[in-house]
Amino acid sequence: MASQTVPVEVKSETKSEEKLIPINVMDRRYMVPENLTIMKALEYAGYQLTRGCGCRGGICGACGTVYRMPDSHRIEVALACQTIVKEEMFLSQIPFFPRNKAIYDLYEIEPEQSTLSEFYPEIFKCIGCGTCTRSCPQDIEVMDYVAYAIRGEIQKVAELSFDCVMCGLCIARCPAEEAQPLVAILARRIYGKHIAPKAKHLSDRVTQIENGHFDKSLEDLMKFDAEKLKELYVKREKESELPDPDWEPEDKSHL
Amino acid sequence: MPYPQELQELIKTVEQTRSERVERKRKGIEVGALSLKERDKRLKSYHPDFKDDSRREIRVGPSKGYAISPEIVDTLESGSRLNPDDIDLNDISYETDLLIIGGGGAGGSAALVAAGAGAKVIIATKLRLGDANTMMAEGGIQAASKLKSDSPYWHYLDVIGGGHFTNDPDLVRTLVREAPSTLAWLEGLGTMFSKEPDGTLKTMHGGGTSRKRMHYAGDITGAEIMRTLRDEIHNHPDRIDILEFCPAVELILDSGGRCAGAVLYNLDTHEYIVVRAKAVILATGGSGRLHIRGYMTTNHYGATGDGLVMAYRAGVPVVFLHSVQYHPTGIIFPEQAEGLLITEKFRGAGAHIVNVDGDQFVYEREPRDVEAASIIRECSDDVGKEVPTPSGKCGVWLDSPMLEFLHGPGYVKKEFPGKYILFKRYGIDISKEPMLIYPTLHYQNGGIEFKSDASTVLEGLYTAGEVAGGVHGENRLMGNSLLDVTVFGRIAGHSATEYAMNKDMPEGLSLDHVVRYHKELKKARIDTGMHSPVILPDYTNPDVKEKQVVIAP
Repeated sequence: MASQTVPVEVKSETKSEEKLIPINVMDRRYMVPENLTIMKALEYAGYQLTRGCGCRGGICGACGTVYRMPDSHRIEVALACQTIVKEEMFLSQIPFFPRNKAIYDLYEIEPEQSTLSEFYPEIFKCIGCGTCTRSCPQDIEVMDYVAYAIRGEIQKVAELSFDCVMCGLCIARCPAEEAQPLVAILARRIYGKHIAPKAKHLSDRVTQIENGHFDKSLEDLMKFDAEKLKELYVKREKESELPDPDWEPEDKSHL
Repeated sequence: MPYPQELQELIKTVEQTRSERVERKRKGIEVGALSLKERDKRLKSYHPDFKDDSRREIRVGPSKGYAISPEIVDTLESGSRLNPDDIDLNDISYETDLLIIGGGGAGGSAALVAAGAGAKVIIATKLRLGDANTMMAEGGIQAASKLKSDSPYWHYLDVIGGGHFTNDPDLVRTLVREAPSTLAWLEGLGTMFSKEPDGTLKTMHGGGTSRKRMHYAGDITGAEIMRTLRDEIHNHPDRIDILEFCPAVELILDSGGRCAGAVLYNLDTHEYIVVRAKAVILATGGSGRLHIRGYMTTNHYGATGDGLVMAYRAGVPVVFLHSVQYHPTGIIFPEQAEGLLITEKFRGAGAHIVNVDGDQFVYEREPRDVEAASIIRECSDDVGKEVPTPSGKCGVWLDSPMLEFLHGPGYVKKEFPGKYILFKRYGIDISKEPMLIYPTLHYQNGGIEFKSDASTVLEGLYTAGEVAGGVHGENRLMGNSLLDVTVFGRIAGHSATEYAMNKDMPEGLSLDHVVRYHKELKKARIDTGMHSPVILPDYTNPDVKEKQVVIAP
């Protein structure tokens, strides 16, 4: 066993002896291995994807997909790269859905109660049906953050929406024609810029650097040969692994 | 797919050694890190870079004779997708100050800086804006932000030591010196970094760091940075045009041999598009989807090394491509998620890597290449302590549950929500069960040669990010690629704008360099049977592939 340890990825990412099951891609039936993701099943069937495929790791939001099972009236949602095919599923990818982003100057924006609704007044059209939340492949409480957006609680919107991959499935399904992820990213950016406390140590460090505080020590390092650098490298003090915000090195030089 | 019975039995062995390992960790007793000499030996014996036939000399072009991964050599030694005679370069579709090729972290940062400095910008990108490895970076971004315990000096030493003292010193200096201001820039764009209530940025260790300087936004740092950049780019439609699904396939030079634009290829309509530009920034990213050495990869779908090919044909040398980064911890089970990245943050927080006997065989924070080589060694015939998977592959355990003991119950779900959900979908609870991992192709350490002002030997061509080489030497540390793309992306935007603003629109556009390159290939009697850039990998089932036909028009 050990001699075959390098996991050579078969280019098709599939093996032929696996059990095949039927799936219906936009109503066209294909037989695909039962343990593939929807994305890999599409490729197995012969699709060369351009749209509807991005990171293949569940974070970019390119591969939003809707499907129905024959025995249910429900519309199910998935990221094609994260979801295993189901026997007899009827699926269609929705790689893009129109949305109108507001243009704003984040530097000028004031984080007021009405800020989000000024840029996206349609949030007031929310009818509270919860379709957005049911349509979220990331299990985000979309309707709840829209409610917070209506109330102007920017921080709450930012926190609740943090895992949003902006796939747009909620936009596609919203009967009130909202574009929830756009409201959410505006909230996150306002929160990040204007509400979250500033990292003062960071701006202090930037000032030090601008004043040339480290120029000499960096120039010295650039002149050293590999042997000298190795000597310094091996001698570095290592900050404690466990949480210790007060840790300081004994060697205070070059700080 | 939850762990089958056989694996659940093996997990019991990991549980048996856990309390002793947690106790050691609490007392600060660590398995010794390898000495520099031992590292060297470990790499030469087990790292894929050092396997027989892992490198082949390039036979043509500016870096002729340089031995690198054969998969990349093949793309460099292939002919263009274009027949230069068929392209009418007078039929110009777009004119701009600055053409940025690539819509990831580097291209996005460059675009914002350039637009801010008054340039008209076009971003041409293969897939959507933001479909890039930046989006997938999980762990964090390094910067020496802590006043009492860290500085660019210590960051420099970590970077150059991680790169085995081979990095370009000027590039390293630029990286570490500009790191804090770049982080502050991102904070100013509204990036939601994880902070303490007083605003202090939270930090962690990464492999090969002497200080905790990994800043993060949950476990989706790259996605948070990329979606923030993307949103801001969309705020400037007057200055930045975005051409999605339009990868560049060839650079265009002017009568003076300067870079003057590119030929793009519209993936929807299959037509070529000529863009004339005063300056070009190449920010096409990495090449994981070339599946070097047959490895699975963490990379996004479009990472096929296109920029290397285009720049090389135009005379720009390549450097440091002899080393490729395999991330130590890729998912090896469940198979559906194979190759996906498990962030180094797990190890930064103290999670051990253990073998089938539950023994910790390597310090968990070695630089990535050493860590990966050690895992490969453990699974080799020489040691034979691997954990077999149901599909006949193998890996070792990353003991995530021990973090619950070290940092308190609920820690894994709170700090790693993305990975927690991913595994939960397969019926695996990573706060209770360890993850099965094996090294996965992750990062192109090298790339085209460039200077610290982001310029290349080709006048008018600037570059930034994974496509460019030299910053990380032979091995990159965690948290330095998000930093690389933003630092050098910003510099490229600045330098290219400064250059373009003093130039007239270039004249005498040509693809003669491609004609010359084709002649050189012919003279060397090279015919790979391929065309490059690759653009997208092909995962079609071979049975279907065999029957696919092109219907004549």
